[in-house]
Amino acid sequence: MLEVRKLSADHGQLRAVHELSLVLEPGQVHAVIGANGAGKSTLLRAIAGLHPPSSGSVLLDGEDITREPPEQRVTRGLCLVPEGRRLFSSLSVEENLLVGRHRAATGPWNLGKVYELFPWMRERRRQPATQLSGGEQQAVAIGRALVANPRMLLLDELSLGLSPKIVQQMYALMPRLLETGMAILLVEQDVSQAIRVASRLQCLLEGRTTLDGRPRDFTPAQIEAAYFGLREESE
Amino acid sequence: MIAALVQGVLVGGTYALVACGLSLAFGVMRLVNIAHGDLAVCGAYLALVVATGLGVPVLAAVPLILPLAFGVGVVLQLVLFERALRGGVLAPVLVTFGLSVLIQNLLVTGASANPRSLDGGAFALAGFEAGGVAVSWLRVAGFAVAVVVLGSLHLVLARTGFGRRVRATADDLEAARLAGVRVRPVFAGVAGISVATAALAGVFQGLMSTFDPYAGGLILIFAFEAVVIGGLGSLWGTLGGGIVLGVTQQLVALWDVRFAVLAVHVLFFVVLVVRPVRP
Repeated sequence: MLEVRKLSADHGQLRAVHELSLVLEPGQVHAVIGANGAGKSTLLRAIAGLHPPSSGSVLLDGEDITREPPEQRVTRGLCLVPEGRRLFSSLSVEENLLVGRHRAATGPWNLGKVYELFPWMRERRRQPATQLSGGEQQAVAIGRALVANPRMLLLDELSLGLSPKIVQQMYALMPRLLETGMAILLVEQDVSQAIRVASRLQCLLEGRTTLDGRPRDFTPAQIEAAYFGLREESE
Repeated sequence: MIAALVQGVLVGGTYALVACGLSLAFGVMRLVNIAHGDLAVCGAYLALVVATGLGVPVLAAVPLILPLAFGVGVVLQLVLFERALRGGVLAPVLVTFGLSVLIQNLLVTGASANPRSLDGGAFALAGFEAGGVAVSWLRVAGFAVAVVVLGSLHLVLARTGFGRRVRATADDLEAARLAGVRVRPVFAGVAGISVATAALAGVFQGLMSTFDPYAGGLILIFAFEAVVIGGLGSLWGTLGGGIVLGVTQQLVALWDVRFAVLAVHVLFFVVLVVRPVRP
């Protein structure tokens, strides 16, 4: 179980995340939505260990990992697929996966399983990662995280720069990941996709939670209001 | 003319040997190591001390020097460069410049400013003639060692898990950490390799010509030029760059020795003006 308690994170003078809390349990998909600059990515980066928070704490299975470096969190089973994919450009597809594999926890995932999930990848594993299309690169980025056998998978802007069809394919994978007992924390600007898969929805506005609960408990209008901060006008 | 070409190629190998460590440290850690040439000079002095101290030939001292230099690189990375790299772009330049001055002055104090050279024994003086060109075995050995070292480095980077992590870290430090790469051992290993190759190159420079505590500056400049002419981040490019430098130097020396080194710098300048950025 991943628990974030009253986490705040700053970009210089600017507070990007205000005392945010969330709980992520196995088998859950927790979607964090919000407009550009709402603090979603900063939240994920702080949970993954890339952005030192200014206050609050991150707990994994009750253990405080707030000050742990990201590479150590990976071995604990907490993996972030970063925004923009960030593949290693001088490495082949397979080498990208091997880097993700090198300090892996034990679990169901390995290179062979990733090639089963994305059958095209086995054939093209020797290609430089940069020769792939955006969607294929995203698949490699997900694969690179999966081979480390995360229990908590953090996905940052999965749909960014991808065609709707590819985005749908990506989201169609999620049930297969959840089957293995994984939990997914998802950050999205594409609200409709997020709502479809999420077991819990949290909307951020300027670093604060404006909506938190099960997606089916909210009307589209409520979500829209929370997303854009239209509360006063809609009341 | 042909003799100059052959000599140029052979000398170029040694330039590439100094340059590869500089290129690697910059490529992976974004560390501009101003003290790189001085570390090479330290390698030559170390060979001198070990060889005379133990009474063994210089080349027999090399297997002892390499692990020692590797260790020095690791320690420098962990206690000095790592902190400097956290301090922004300028800090590593200033810190390694300070290290350079420190090394030079320690060498002057410890070994005096007199030029020295390493005695390679009969092997260093022997040579052979091929097609009317006299070639010294020592230069051939220096070139061969450079090619072997660059080739092994290439293999390590291309084929091993460590090499994969080095390249991943060089590509994207944050993404590497997110994939579980511990950056410290990667950087320490790269710094170790960098200093070890520099020391090895220093030994060959000491065998082929003289060195003194201030020789590091020129070695550094040549290494920089080899890296830039050959294109950053490519080991074989660095070898090519070294060879271009060596050949230029030798050819110009045919005409007038006084302009040999200047010609190399002019060539470097022209490359910078014509092709400042390489793909």
